Amino acid sequence: MAKPLLAIHAISKRFGGVLAVDQASLFAEEGKITALIGPNGAGKTTLFAIITGFVRPDAGTIRYEDRDVTGAPPHALARLGMTRTFQIVQPFAGLTVVENIAVGAHLRRRARGAALAAATAVARDVGLGDMLDQPAGTLTVAGRKRLELARALATQPKLLLLDEVLAGLNPSEIRDVLPVVRAIQARGVTIVMIEHVMQAVMSLADHIFVLAEGKVIAQGSPEGVAADPRVVEAYLGKGAAKLGAGAA
Amino acid sequence: MTRLAAIVLVAAALAAIPLAAPSNAVLNFLVVALMIALAGQGWNVLGGYGGQYSFGHAAFFGTGAYVTAVLQVRYGVNAWIGFALGIAAGALVGRVIGALTFRAGLRGSYFALVTLAFAEVLRIIASVAPITGAGVGTLIKLDLRPEALQFQSRAVFYWAILGLVTLSLLIAWLIEHSRFGAWLVAVRENEDAARALGVDATRLKLNAMTLSAAITAAAGCFYAQYFLFIDAGIAYGPWISVEALLTAIVGGVGTIFGPLVGALMVRILGEAARLVTGDAPGLDLVIYGAVLVLVVAFAPRGLMGLVTDMRAAFARRARRRAAEVTGG
Repeated sequence: MAKPLLAIHAISKRFGGVLAVDQASLFAEEGKITALIGPNGAGKTTLFAIITGFVRPDAGTIRYEDRDVTGAPPHALARLGMTRTFQIVQPFAGLTVVENIAVGAHLRRRARGAALAAATAVARDVGLGDMLDQPAGTLTVAGRKRLELARALATQPKLLLLDEVLAGLNPSEIRDVLPVVRAIQARGVTIVMIEHVMQAVMSLADHIFVLAEGKVIAQGSPEGVAADPRVVEAYLGKGAAKLGAGAA
Repeated sequence: MTRLAAIVLVAAALAAIPLAAPSNAVLNFLVVALMIALAGQGWNVLGGYGGQYSFGHAAFFGTGAYVTAVLQVRYGVNAWIGFALGIAAGALVGRVIGALTFRAGLRGSYFALVTLAFAEVLRIIASVAPITGAGVGTLIKLDLRPEALQFQSRAVFYWAILGLVTLSLLIAWLIEHSRFGAWLVAVRENEDAARALGVDATRLKLNAMTLSAAITAAAGCFYAQYFLFIDAGIAYGPWISVEALLTAIVGGVGTIFGPLVGALMVRILGEAARLVTGDAPGLDLVIYGAVLVLVVAFAPRGLMGLVTDMRAAFARRARRRAAEVTGG
């Protein structure tokens, strides 16, 4: 087994009376696509926020590239090559598409011209090449998702955390974005993705972790996880796995 | 035409005004307008580009003014050095207030209120502390020599403040063409997204506030040298906080020329209102207020925003005409 680029161990986070994340552990192998799935409210987005430094965990450790980065702020992690996207897209609405992407490109390039040139190249990669000077606020949902992806890519991440990049897209738009994600992986970027669109998860992911009620309840290959009765139960309720087995 | 060329042209045009031998009243009006423009440009760095709306830029204006004045009057420091130290002191006050507010995570209206409170605290301290002359204020001795940074001719004062304003325009241009500026605008638009992309938002805002405070403090230093008298109400009073943010908002926040255009418009408007209403006390302020409401209601992006919109509209119309011609 390749050494994991990211390894989180026994992370817990409590919000008031709610235990949002409960002793969750997971890892992401270098160069692979790791998916984090689970029903609504399972704590996936909270876990993402903890990994990327937006929320401090109450307990547990996060190791990235073999160093402890627990509690490091988001900008420091981005500098180390760990960048996230947001489930609810957060464009810099007043800026153009290329200016949005340049914000990310500036992380590795101080000069304005170099950042804009790099941003233009990234925009082409994700299919925004024709909309460089369009205000980000006027993009469609699909366009905004691509922009979110492009901005993160412009920081030249080693580890990219995608929080539901496919949510809100129609089937044909999803088909358009899948190759973009695969191309990112092909460039050697390790990807961790939260995703609800199961067909996409099944076709993209190398390894899947299933989160339910804050706990990792299952992990493994896409086929293995899909057949796991605990996973079916978490999604469909108790007894559903038995029913499914009976029907089959 | 690039905006850099526009800055040079505007500065050259304004520099030529004293050659037409205007009256002292006109020159005085322009000096004050440019001084407000400078204070407004300082506000614009933090508020316009950084999206942090301060209601207390008087804290920096007043610190610049007091440090310049008190160093000369009480410690015999040369006026030029006093001026430089005044700017440095203003920047320091900005950094301290910024550290306290940004590290506490204050945003939006909370930030505005806390900056207002800091300025008011400084005003109250200045109105009782012996070193500032307390309620009497501080008078700088008349000494019309360039070494003392005082000039016989108003035109020289005018060129001096114009030089500072031009410098502030160049700073704004640099902000728009640098990583610092790109990140500052990103923080304004969406702080969390900016942080995810590697922007240290707290440090960035702190640096922006320091620069912003230094520019507004320079306006305060100039005020002290020009009028040779300050007291707590002038230096730290809310009037300058309001003027600084008003000129930037009326002119167009986050634009290079916004504060300059805004300062000239607001000042002309104020004078015109006073002329129209004559001696009726307070009536000029009513007109002044009404026009400001109209500007904010119908040109929320300020006069520079209006210009941009109109240019876009003209371009659209020209394109449509061209299309009709080729189509017909």
